[in-house]
Amino acid sequence: MRKPKIIGFFDSKKVARLANLPLTSEEEEKYSEQLSKILDYIEQLNKVDTKDVEPTFNVSGQANVMRKDTMDVCLPQEDALSNAPQKKNAVPARLAAKRAVRQGFFVTKGVFKV
Amino acid sequence: MDITGLTLAETLKALKNKEFSLEELNKAYFVRIDKYNTELNAYLNINRGNSKIPAAIKDVISTRGIPTTAASKILEGFIPPYDATVIGKLTEQGIGVIGKTNCDEFAMGSSGENSAFGPTKNPWDLNKVPGGSSSGSAAAVSADLCVFALGSDTGGSIRQPASLCGIVGLKPTYGRVSRYGLMAMASSLDQIGPITKSVEDATLVLDWISGSDGYDSNVSKKFTYSEDKLKSGVKGLKVGVPKEYFAVPAGRQGGGLDPKIKKVIEEAIKKLEELGAEIVEVSLPHSKYALAAYYIIVPSEVSSNMARYDGIRFGLGRENIGAEVKRRIMLGTFALSSGYYDEYYTKAARIRTLVKQDFEKAFDPSTGSGVDVIVGPVSPTTAWNIGEKIDDPLTMYLQDVYTISANLAGIPGLSVPCGFAHAPDGAGLLPVGLQILGKQWDEETILRVGYAYEQSTDWRKEKPSLSSRTCPP
Repeated sequence: MRKPKIIGFFDSKKVARLANLPLTSEEEEKYSEQLSKILDYIEQLNKVDTKDVEPTFNVSGQANVMRKDTMDVCLPQEDALSNAPQKKNAVPARLAAKRAVRQGFFVTKGVFKV
Repeated sequence: MDITGLTLAETLKALKNKEFSLEELNKAYFVRIDKYNTELNAYLNINRGNSKIPAAIKDVISTRGIPTTAASKILEGFIPPYDATVIGKLTEQGIGVIGKTNCDEFAMGSSGENSAFGPTKNPWDLNKVPGGSSSGSAAAVSADLCVFALGSDTGGSIRQPASLCGIVGLKPTYGRVSRYGLMAMASSLDQIGPITKSVEDATLVLDWISGSDGYDSNVSKKFTYSEDKLKSGVKGLKVGVPKEYFAVPAGRQGGGLDPKIKKVIEEAIKKLEELGAEIVEVSLPHSKYALAAYYIIVPSEVSSNMARYDGIRFGLGRENIGAEVKRRIMLGTFALSSGYYDEYYTKAARIRTLVKQDFEKAFDPSTGSGVDVIVGPVSPTTAWNIGEKIDDPLTMYLQDVYTISANLAGIPGLSVPCGFAHAPDGAGLLPVGLQILGKQWDEETILRVGYAYEQSTDWRKEKPSLSSRTCPP
């Protein structure tokens, strides 16, 4: 782990961009301060020698759980789309002409910049 | 007859004997909810159509057709199209959802104050927090606004609010209960469990909700209720008391165990000795690092799990996420970012191994003390004032110091009421919980110890006197 000096100024702007989080400049400042403090607390882990210790990522003792590849009951399309704000028969007229909103789709804001 | 004061076991018996009907049962609870929920803010949504045995369900658990928000603005208006596995299993037993309970947003918090829909109040003192994150579930059980409740526990979110509200809370072994339909927070730690009015009730509910459903591949073994085993007493059992939980400050910057709590816990341990248990000192040397490791592992898994709330796959826009959830996403994104992963996440996972080994040594007769259970405090203090710690996240995190180790190790933990102590600010008496930790898959023994302790004391009979504090009509 790096010394707190390096991470003392927690780069909120950069991390927020990675996390896809819209933050105000006040929030950026507040999180820089609070998270630096938390990371400083976490520094104490450096006192523990873990050179020969295997990491634990799961404690259930289960590994590669298999099941038969069979059909199961699944949600009907109508239920699966029940929370979509815009979907077939419920889209504005200007979008209704586009192909993607015909049947069983839902409309979202754009993902890729063209 | 005080219908709402009955435990689940008593309610089942009374229904069987036709002492009252399901309709009367629901009516009695709705009357109480109407009277007290406005001030307690325990329920976010009340299911007026319920006609089965009324259970309160934490709002991070999917309920078909009943709004489920995780106490977040980002899921406002979300109506799940399917039931979580635990809801399906309860339905088979004749249990219905009377309402969805308030909680810290996406179960992230220790006081219930991180709800986007206002904090839940502690039924014992309306100025105090009920604990969290299962704040509404604990308050609803404590104030008799449901027969029992379900919560989720990632670092103490069932046990700590149960302790602060004077009721029973059980975090089962990791992999005992399916999380299908639970909104994931930290997937390697999350467990669903019961919050109840008695230890027997917790045992019953665990029997009902445990076991594999094919949708959560971590779940393997079902728990089966046995009255004989539950009621077989503690004679001959070895009870471990970790010296670290009493001797040292709770964390580098923490205040450690409140001496008033220490006294109550020591009396409870004495009681177990009187009942025939052998008390043994044990050592959990790495427990002092558990909190720091936890606050790397949890935010890391949170940042990954919360990515789905992007206004496309789930929910509204990310500007609707609350402060604590954002904080954890930020911390986790940082810890997992390129160049830091090994220094933080892997390091924390190695510490996790050491924390787990501490417990294995204490429970193993060939390498250590060979204790059957480990007992200690649930929370370093009683309930604190609303607003007191909300601006200092690190101080808030330190409240979880005694509960998180069980999640890291995957072992079961129970909170049982064990008395009262004055609040940190000297105000009135507030409930204290005794934590009983067990071996992996050995809920049976912690429930057995909890039951023996509960039945030998009268703490379960104490109820908050809400009547003097009712709002004017």
